[in-house]
Amino acid sequence: MAPTLSRLILAPLLVSTMPFAACAQEASAAATHDHSSMDHSMHGMEMPAQEMPQPTATPVMDHSAHAGHATSEATVSDQPGDAPPPPVPTDHPADRIFAPDRMAASRKAMIGEMRFSTFALQVDQLEYRAAKGRDGSGWDAQAWYGGDIDRVVLASEGEGSFGERAERIELAGYWRHALDPWFNLQLGVRHDFRPDPQRTYALIGIEGLAPYWFEVSGQVLVSDKGDTHARGKAAYQQRITRTLVVEPEAEVDFAFQDVPDLSVGSGFERLELGARLRYDRNRSLAPYVGVHWERKLGQTARLARAAGDDASGVSAVVGVRAMF
Amino acid sequence: MSKFDPAAAPIPRRRLLAMGGALAGSLGVAGLFPAWARSGTAGIAHASPHATAGSGVLSGAAIALRIGESHFATGGRSSHAVTVNGTLPAPLLRLREGQTVRIAVTNTLAEQTSIHWHGLLVPFHMDGVPGVSFPGIDPGETFTYEFPLTHSGTFWYHSHSGMQEAVGLYGPIVIDPAGPDPLACEREHVLVLSDWSPIHPHEQMRRLKMMSGYFNRQKQDLAGLLAGKDQSLADRLAWGQMRMDATDISDVTGTTYSFLVNGHGTAENWTGLFAPGERVRLRVINASSMTNFNFRIPGLPLKVVAADGNPVQPVETDEVQIAIAETYDFIVEPGEVESYAIVAEALDRSGQVRATLARRMGLAAAVPEIRRRPVLTMRDMGMDMSGMDMGQDGEIDLSKPANESMAGHSMKMRDPAVAPTVKMGPGVATLSPMPVDRLADRPTGLEDVDHRVLTYAELRARDPNPDPRVPSRQIDVHLTANMERYMWSMDGTAMSENPDPIPFRLGERVRVNLVNDTMMPHPIHLHGHFFELVSGEPGNRPRKHTVNVLPGGKVSFDLTADGEGDWAFHCHMLLHMHAGMMRVVTVRRDGEPEERHSGHEGHQGHMGAGEG
Ligand SMILES: [Cu+2]
Repeated sequence: MAPTLSRLILAPLLVSTMPFAACAQEASAAATHDHSSMDHSMHGMEMPAQEMPQPTATPVMDHSAHAGHATSEATVSDQPGDAPPPPVPTDHPADRIFAPDRMAASRKAMIGEMRFSTFALQVDQLEYRAAKGRDGSGWDAQAWYGGDIDRVVLASEGEGSFGERAERIELAGYWRHALDPWFNLQLGVRHDFRPDPQRTYALIGIEGLAPYWFEVSGQVLVSDKGDTHARGKAAYQQRITRTLVVEPEAEVDFAFQDVPDLSVGSGFERLELGARLRYDRNRSLAPYVGVHWERKLGQTARLARAAGDDASGVSAVVGVRAMF
Repeated sequence: MSKFDPAAAPIPRRRLLAMGGALAGSLGVAGLFPAWARSGTAGIAHASPHATAGSGVLSGAAIALRIGESHFATGGRSSHAVTVNGTLPAPLLRLREGQTVRIAVTNTLAEQTSIHWHGLLVPFHMDGVPGVSFPGIDPGETFTYEFPLTHSGTFWYHSHSGMQEAVGLYGPIVIDPAGPDPLACEREHVLVLSDWSPIHPHEQMRRLKMMSGYFNRQKQDLAGLLAGKDQSLADRLAWGQMRMDATDISDVTGTTYSFLVNGHGTAENWTGLFAPGERVRLRVINASSMTNFNFRIPGLPLKVVAADGNPVQPVETDEVQIAIAETYDFIVEPGEVESYAIVAEALDRSGQVRATLARRMGLAAAVPEIRRRPVLTMRDMGMDMSGMDMGQDGEIDLSKPANESMAGHSMKMRDPAVAPTVKMGPGVATLSPMPVDRLADRPTGLEDVDHRVLTYAELRARDPNPDPRVPSRQIDVHLTANMERYMWSMDGTAMSENPDPIPFRLGERVRVNLVNDTMMPHPIHLHGHFFELVSGEPGNRPRKHTVNVLPGGKVSFDLTADGEGDWAFHCHMLLHMHAGMMRVVTVRRDGEPEERHSGHEGHQGHMGAGEG
């Protein structure tokens, strides 16, 4: 209803502001579009009003050299009819000339060739983290296989300090399904090799591109022990120049209950903020430098301090983004 | 020059090495170009009307083409190529209206191949589209195409298999009129424009699926904003809110492409000769896989005399955007000037190619700088309401009418009510809310240049349109996409979903309204037919086989469905077609599907002579 309404509102506005040719085209286009819903009496009313008497054919011919003027008369005077379309046949004319089995194979091959399914590896972060006292590393990467709508994704992220057991090693496998032009559903599992004890979670999530080009995702994770967590992520790519990109990023974890085994308290458990400046001249390998700040929150932070660990840390990072 | 300057490349010597096939031994490096495409050619008008060895011009009633593997290099880039008779571009076929030609195509590749005669009206089973009109040519097989030539003009041929067209399999066709040619000139040159990448098109597609802006290195940036270039902050925010990129002009760009004239890059400077005082006919064919070109010869007006092979009433202009798969014939009069630069600039200005028109070899005119790349506007989104009080106070108000009754921008960008025939899904990111007829618009990026630019509306057919009937019905075909996911379709359905064919009755007259719901121009090509653009009053509307539908706009054409059989109908951007922007059009006699089962005697006789 709304577009018709807007057309009704806009048509007079356009008429009053645009050159004659363009507006006549526009008006006739609107009429054309609604053709099916109009009855014929409407045409009867419309045609005489717009079919202006023309003095002779010759002056009109002269106009035709100009882009628009003649068009307006033309689009009115040669309005197509509304004959019904023919039925859609199910046979194939080429089968009468060439061996039908060969044609069938050929049709199948053509359709198959246009069905896209492929593999990609995207390493968003692979970095060295220099922090006061102890340096470490961090990564965030995914590999996928599939088409536009459905993909199988293997994703991993983690971090750790050199000379210690890694703090976090996560590996997730999920089915990614396109929900709309921008957002995808994620369904799968995540296994955490660190921290100890290892846990396996069922994962349901959503990821996509929000207005203003924010890349966002949200996941809910339920472990085999029954504890429930959530994770949210957001990132934004700002081009400074054609080759320099700064990418701020945030990741936050939330626990719906205390999980003493993992030293996690209910509420917000962890926040990561980062900003990376990337030299993006080569898509397949782009180096970056940046800063990474991480902090345990709430009850989780208290538990960390009680265990003698730092609740927060900041590091300078250097790394690469890669795409294959 | 933005990214890669072929003129600056070291050792700009071009080499084409035929790797296989009988031709490899007999051809030296110099002999690997067909003569007409060789730099310094005197022109095709002087070629023998009969096939001569090494001329690269094939004529006569029986022609043999051999498709094989080659290796091609230009401007520092090199890769595997698929060629015809060992050359890139393929040999020029120069034929005469009224003759019947037999063309035997031998496939020496390890994969299937095919040749489609682009723009020629041939029986459908000779049209050469595997899976639609014939089974394809298997490795080792020879398929003999045989068809009468019912019209004259400039056309071309290319593979319709896999993505062989992008790796070299294309060549020109010139059909001379049966009688004297009213457009006869003192000299003729054929210019085949193309794009060449060492990255195989399948790999290009994969990268675009991974990141839709993979090859676009010309996006707007903060530095540009601070310098007051491109869009204002308000516009950038408005476009960002819609997740639309105003620099999404071309998907595959000069980042990976070298642009070629007759297989020659800028450094190799293909040169066509002329003598002072001559009128020179240029037959220009855009045989690119993904590049629309802005074509001009600075300082030399172009008289357009034919479009897509069909003569038009001469119209003089300075620049023509030649979409992929279109052909234009120009007459130019170089006069006493010694040399002119022929410039074909990629639509997105990520690169260009220069060739030369000169009185003798070795001359070169100044090459103009590549102009600044365009930035799309609301008109390219089908949201143009120029004249209304928009964009004031940094606020883009285009959505007002819809906004007041609905939730906001996103609803308006994707309101299914504006296109009820489109299947909505992840593959359709936008629908043009108010597509306007853009036949009279200057094409993308040439809106503001200070010289004449050809618009479709300026074209009038030289000869009266053969079928004066008003269409008895019309259909809408939406060109749809989700550019972010790199999905392309028609009416929201990709070819890989095996949609129904679009049916026509044999002989019926139908108006087809193409609505572009994307922000990229699409050169839409219908096989086996010419259609008349609905532009200007009826009678002498321009007849074409390919029409470039500008972003956010629409184009109507009238079609007399006189080609019985199945035909491909698709976007001629190779990756768009491959991703799904394609349909089969089927033209049947009334009541034919039923009739078929009772008996089909009538057809077998004259259609049988296909396979060789
Ligand atoms: Cu397209």
